[in-house]
Amino acid sequence: MNWISNYVRPRINSIFSRRETPDNLWTKCTECGTMLFHREMRENLNVCTNCGHHMGITPRDRFIALFDGGVFTEVAVPAPVTDPLQFRDQKKYPDRMKAAQKGTGEQEAMLVAAGDIGRTPIIAAAQDFTFMGGSMGMYVGNAIIAAAEEAVKQKRPLVLFSAAGGARMQEGILSLMQMPRTTVAVQMLKEANLPYIVVLTHPTTGGVTASYAMLGDVHISEPNALICFAGPRVIEQTIREKLPEGFQRAEYLLEHGMLDRVIKRTEMREELITITRLLMGLPPAIKGDLPAPEGEATAEEPSAK
Amino acid sequence: MTQYLEFEKPLAEIEGKAEELRALARENKEMDVAGEAEALDQKAEELLVSLYADLTPWRKCQVARHPDRPHCRDYIDALFTEYTPLAGDRNFADDHAVMGGLARFDDMPVVVIGHEKGNDTTSRITHNFGMARPEGYRKAVRLMDMAHRFGLPVISLVDTPGAYPGKGAEERGQSEAIARATQKCLEIGVPLVSVVIGEGGSGGAVAFATANRVAMLEHSIYSVISPEGCASILWKDAEKMREAAEALRLTAQDLMSLGVIDRIIPETTGGAHRHKEDTINGVRSAIAGMLADLSKKSPKELIKDRRNKFLSMGSKGLAA
Repeated sequence: MNWISNYVRPRINSIFSRRETPDNLWTKCTECGTMLFHREMRENLNVCTNCGHHMGITPRDRFIALFDGGVFTEVAVPAPVTDPLQFRDQKKYPDRMKAAQKGTGEQEAMLVAAGDIGRTPIIAAAQDFTFMGGSMGMYVGNAIIAAAEEAVKQKRPLVLFSAAGGARMQEGILSLMQMPRTTVAVQMLKEANLPYIVVLTHPTTGGVTASYAMLGDVHISEPNALICFAGPRVIEQTIREKLPEGFQRAEYLLEHGMLDRVIKRTEMREELITITRLLMGLPPAIKGDLPAPEGEATAEEPSAK
Repeated sequence: MTQYLEFEKPLAEIEGKAEELRALARENKEMDVAGEAEALDQKAEELLVSLYADLTPWRKCQVARHPDRPHCRDYIDALFTEYTPLAGDRNFADDHAVMGGLARFDDMPVVVIGHEKGNDTTSRITHNFGMARPEGYRKAVRLMDMAHRFGLPVISLVDTPGAYPGKGAEERGQSEAIARATQKCLEIGVPLVSVVIGEGGSGGAVAFATANRVAMLEHSIYSVISPEGCASILWKDAEKMREAAEALRLTAQDLMSLGVIDRIIPETTGGAHRHKEDTINGVRSAIAGMLADLSKKSPKELIKDRRNKFLSMGSKGLAA
């Protein structure tokens, strides 16, 4: 590799390969292979219109669909020390971070927002699996603590959408310490008698499942989400036998008493409105589309993709 | 008979030679080997000092996992009187990977909880190599509840490769059991002190070690993932465990500088497996010291301090 092949050639290629249409108009369903048009895909919240398979969705897209009129305010998350261990594997941790930030357009693996759902004020936090596997490091810990503190301050329920491969190895022991840290956040809500609802999405595994994701007042999951502590591959290696079909999937956990409900993404908003209003002692929600609330909230642009 | 670790091989050779000489001398009374054997002993001693003077993180992992290292049962036998094991999670089973019960430490009634790895094939299988199932964490929750109600300090001894990755463990809610144990650690209004005596393996360790004070033996480790596991994920090669051990900063010394633990308990040169008694005594005085630190605090203060300790943890990185 030299300067010409690294820099000049891609530049020349990019000039000649500029197409009239963006290349992401169509997405193939990862389950049934159906080609889905981007608008259709977006309207159906990345759920396949053919087979109902739930594909990943970014926190920002989820919030736009979740909050009334797509309007929410981001809750600020205190920035942690960058690269606390000066970790390097085959790549340096800060380089991995930069790549993830560039790839997702987000700062880190969790987004926290305040807003209304069906005129019910809530705080929501969502983990971004596309950002380094949603892994839980200091930032995610800070985000959950900030979300809990905001919920307590504003006396609102917290709805948390989990999605992560587990702890962020590049932060070593400090990522492990997010298990007790986020548990403290859950306790803040508990002491303030505020509902804490966890929506477990595909996949939620490892230290994330073994802390804040399993400590909710209500556990809801999206269909077929993988939810586990030890992943199926690790277990197969340990016990040396094939695991049954559907093992550690949402429906399986529902059967085994670990979840309250399995709900389709397209019905999640209504579900959350109902549950938060019931727990907060509010009258039933008015059904139908509501205009965006006026006031302090500012519209968020969908992230450029 | 000492079990030598891979990096202790040169030492094994020298000590073996000295032993051979002495064996020869025992058979043949006329032979005078005292001088030569002593010289070898001297050489072995020097080598041991130099080997242990600066252990790499991977070597520390090996020492921490040494089969002859004192285990939970050894500490319980030596440090406590009237140890009364209490069994079961009142739900499904008794998990033998977790020992626990009532006991006296310096005559003071306490609750003790710890992972036990076992010392030989049979006991290792009985104790599942120190890998707890949900029942183990639920037993710990039950014991911590009891400690809270009766005002008994809790002492936890951490030595686990991690929570058991098995089918039944998952079915019965391994994640939830660990999360609840961590939560219980944060809720109890009694002193909770923890000592990592060998391996502090990930969530399985956190469930017992979310404590007011955490101490680690000099050559013990505490990590989010095993070096082998980390190497196979990040390096795509499990053989890169040396590099992973280095990068993860899993030694007691690193954790001390990160502000994750409160004290390091020194091990005599050659490690805990060569000096069981010294090590156990070191742990005894560390526990006594940590409990003394906390003795004046009210239940509310204990809960608040524990919480704040974890909330502020890691805010400075290695510069802490």
